[in-house]
Amino acid sequence: MATIDSKIPEGPLAEKWTNYKAHQKLVNPANKRKLDIIVVGSGLAGASAAATLGDLGFKVKCFCIQDSPRRAHSIAAQGGINAAKNYQNDGDSVYRLFYDTIKGGDYRSREANVYRLAEVSNNIIDQCVAQGVPFAREYGGTLANRSFGGAQVSRTFYARGQTGQQLLLGAYSALSYQVNQGNVELFTRCEMLDLVLVKDENGKERARGIIYRDLVTGEIKRCSAHAVVIGTGGYGNAYFLSTNAMGSNGSAAMQCYRKGAWFANPAFAQIHPTCIPVHGDKQSKLTLMSESLRNDGRIWVPKKLEDAKALQAGTKKPNDIPDEDRDFYLERRYPAFGNLVPRDVASRAAKERCDKGFGVNNTGLAVFLDFKYAIQRLGKQAVADRYGNLFDMYEEITDDNPYETPMMIFPAIHYTMGGIWVDYELQTSIPGLFAIGECNFSDHGANRLGASALMQGLADGYFVLPYTIQNYLADQIQVPRFSTDLPEFEAAEKAVKDKIEKIMAIKGTRSVDSIHKELGHIMWEYVGMGRTEQSLKTALAELEKVEKVFWSDLRVVGVADTLNIELEKALRLLDFIEIGKLMAYDALNREESCGGHFREEHQTPEGEALRHDDQFSYVACWEFQGEGKQPELQKEPLNYEYIKVQTRNYKN
Amino acid sequence: MEKNISFTLKVWRQRGPKEKGAFKEYKMQDIPTDTSFLEMLDILNEQLVNKGEEPVVFDHDCREGICGMCSLYVNGHPHGPSTGATTCQLYMRKFKDGDVITVEPWRSAGFPVIRDLMVDRGAYDKIMQAGGYVSINTGGVPDGNAIPISKEKADLAMDAASCIGCGACVAACKNGSAMLFVSAKVSQLALLPQGQVEAARRAKAMLAKMDELGFGNCTNTRACEAECPKCISISNIARLNREFISAKFKD
Repeated sequence: MATIDSKIPEGPLAEKWTNYKAHQKLVNPANKRKLDIIVVGSGLAGASAAATLGDLGFKVKCFCIQDSPRRAHSIAAQGGINAAKNYQNDGDSVYRLFYDTIKGGDYRSREANVYRLAEVSNNIIDQCVAQGVPFAREYGGTLANRSFGGAQVSRTFYARGQTGQQLLLGAYSALSYQVNQGNVELFTRCEMLDLVLVKDENGKERARGIIYRDLVTGEIKRCSAHAVVIGTGGYGNAYFLSTNAMGSNGSAAMQCYRKGAWFANPAFAQIHPTCIPVHGDKQSKLTLMSESLRNDGRIWVPKKLEDAKALQAGTKKPNDIPDEDRDFYLERRYPAFGNLVPRDVASRAAKERCDKGFGVNNTGLAVFLDFKYAIQRLGKQAVADRYGNLFDMYEEITDDNPYETPMMIFPAIHYTMGGIWVDYELQTSIPGLFAIGECNFSDHGANRLGASALMQGLADGYFVLPYTIQNYLADQIQVPRFSTDLPEFEAAEKAVKDKIEKIMAIKGTRSVDSIHKELGHIMWEYVGMGRTEQSLKTALAELEKVEKVFWSDLRVVGVADTLNIELEKALRLLDFIEIGKLMAYDALNREESCGGHFREEHQTPEGEALRHDDQFSYVACWEFQGEGKQPELQKEPLNYEYIKVQTRNYKN
Repeated sequence: MEKNISFTLKVWRQRGPKEKGAFKEYKMQDIPTDTSFLEMLDILNEQLVNKGEEPVVFDHDCREGICGMCSLYVNGHPHGPSTGATTCQLYMRKFKDGDVITVEPWRSAGFPVIRDLMVDRGAYDKIMQAGGYVSINTGGVPDGNAIPISKEKADLAMDAASCIGCGACVAACKNGSAMLFVSAKVSQLALLPQGQVEAARRAKAMLAKMDELGFGNCTNTRACEAECPKCISISNIARLNREFISAKFKD
């Protein structure tokens, strides 16, 4: 078993990144032109990396499954992006952002990575402003900020409720500029189906290319490069219903995992507290209402069970419940942070109230997010200025007007902190394969704070990977461009074609979606917000059954060698089933509660997450052992040198 | 309040860009009015797959009205009868029991059909690549607060930047013009000091590419503005014209 080297640079925490940059190897401009880099994914991480690598002079090939890089799901992020600018003079600093992120992640992330993230956060804001991102401004012309969960300062920059859109369009603009300059080539409507490893002269396997499917023609094609970067997002759609886009998937990550890249902390999935509740069984996805709403909205359920019952039955309206009969349970339980506790804490608190019968909506699975008090305090216009588009969106979906009646919200799967393991250089355990953005595991530990996903995606893409990848490529300048005729490409392509043929030959009776819904149900029931040893064992048994159904009864209509949307979904579903198992194995192994991972056996008398630092202060890295075999666990210990590991406390 | 409705769908089916397409009718029974329009199409597709028929192909992704993928012409309107909403934000409660609902792809020379309701909007990427950016590299930029920008300007830029690049404006325009799309990007960047430096060059390059790709001219019918799911104003087109004319004077 290999020992894990995370390549943390020497020196004090605040100097590590500076030291790294001062001593790393670089590639000179003439050599950059001779090196090819594949970037899979065009979200914040992928687009910013592809653009920056292009502007450095590398030859970049950028792949996305949508019709344009601008569609990537980063676009849907609403609330904002964090940075330690301290423009508000409210006591923020790089150290405080670092500290909040480590604490928010429940002490399960790497100190050095997170410190670097906080350090480069300020560069991101400057870069985006220079690109023409229209951030919100104060009347004096300076940038505006707001607060987000898990922080006591206002450090979140935003562009109305469309921050992700504006940041992605900024990165897309930068990418378009590099396409214009001839440094980046786009491959739209193309989906990676496998990673290709090629042995170098010393017999060492390196990532050298990908096999992909042209989604319009159905052709299977090859592409080679000196390094491969995946920025393909998270795997939340394993739950079928999530806040992810319909096309969001974990397949690229799983292809890398099957080729030997370790998958780290798969059990760490974030359940976002403020989503529109589930209605009916025809629903295709869940819509998130931005966390920024918790700045001014107050979350409550009735104090009295009979009121909850009346609300569920529809015999009482929310405004019939007087203030004294409302339980503002977050303010009650967590006076210091109130409605702005981190997401995992807010989600579990909602579940606790609903489990006890105090939930609202006809399902009993919802809580109120009420703006009555904000409207009284600020006036309707000020509330509309801040949240108008979110209120409109809510009304469009639910037919309820949040200016008049409280919103109803419930937790839903939103983000996956787990992902492909990377070292300090964002390199995976496969030489030449890098993972950036949500698809890696690196910075959020067991729970991500709001407005930190955009920060991490852009940090990786603009300011980290463009440095660290050179440390790898500096040794590759003598390596000529690759032919895709190599036997390794041949074999990988054949394996992909065989798999597709096998799927097309099943000719059963079940649609892809019907099996995916079954998978989602198992994941939510047994690997969801509250997990137990028993539920996880049940999940593993049920997942085996789902896999059998897939291979015996799936029906994919049409043919494989043309556009086939059912085949696309089937290939992704197969990987979701595998991810589900990986999540269950990891959750079963981690016999503690931390962040988004809550094992019911491990809680404090007050129902808070109970960590066991003596046993589980490590990154769980899972190594593929072959189809149908249980993966092997390796541990990367987490050493905290600069902060004191504590029990998270949002009470006082 | 939720109830169920039944209606007839007339859906455009077309195998490929060169093949002839035709409407096909589907009877939809007992569809809950709380389902979105795209979820209703999911139900149709599930039924088709269960009968061994190929599903209706349409673009969609985020289903929150922001990615700009969905692009259906419903009852003669891009994104359907609702104003200020994309197709994925259209709910069946907007329809009545017994309705006939016609669903077509964007129809425009600039957006060839790929299959059924899916079209190729690659032209938009090409227009963006012609100049829809500030020509800067990563790094070496001033502090975010170094250049103050009035709230009013920032808000106007944000209004223009809200464009989701869906193509409804082109689909709505009798000339198949992409002026609203182009003007939104040109305006956003021209309003901000960061983008002002190369505003004239940008306007010329993007318009030239738009013309080259076969999009038509603007004749001020305002159909684009009326159908835009993000309510992008045609005052952006006026702003684009100003940039363009001043660029021409300088030439």
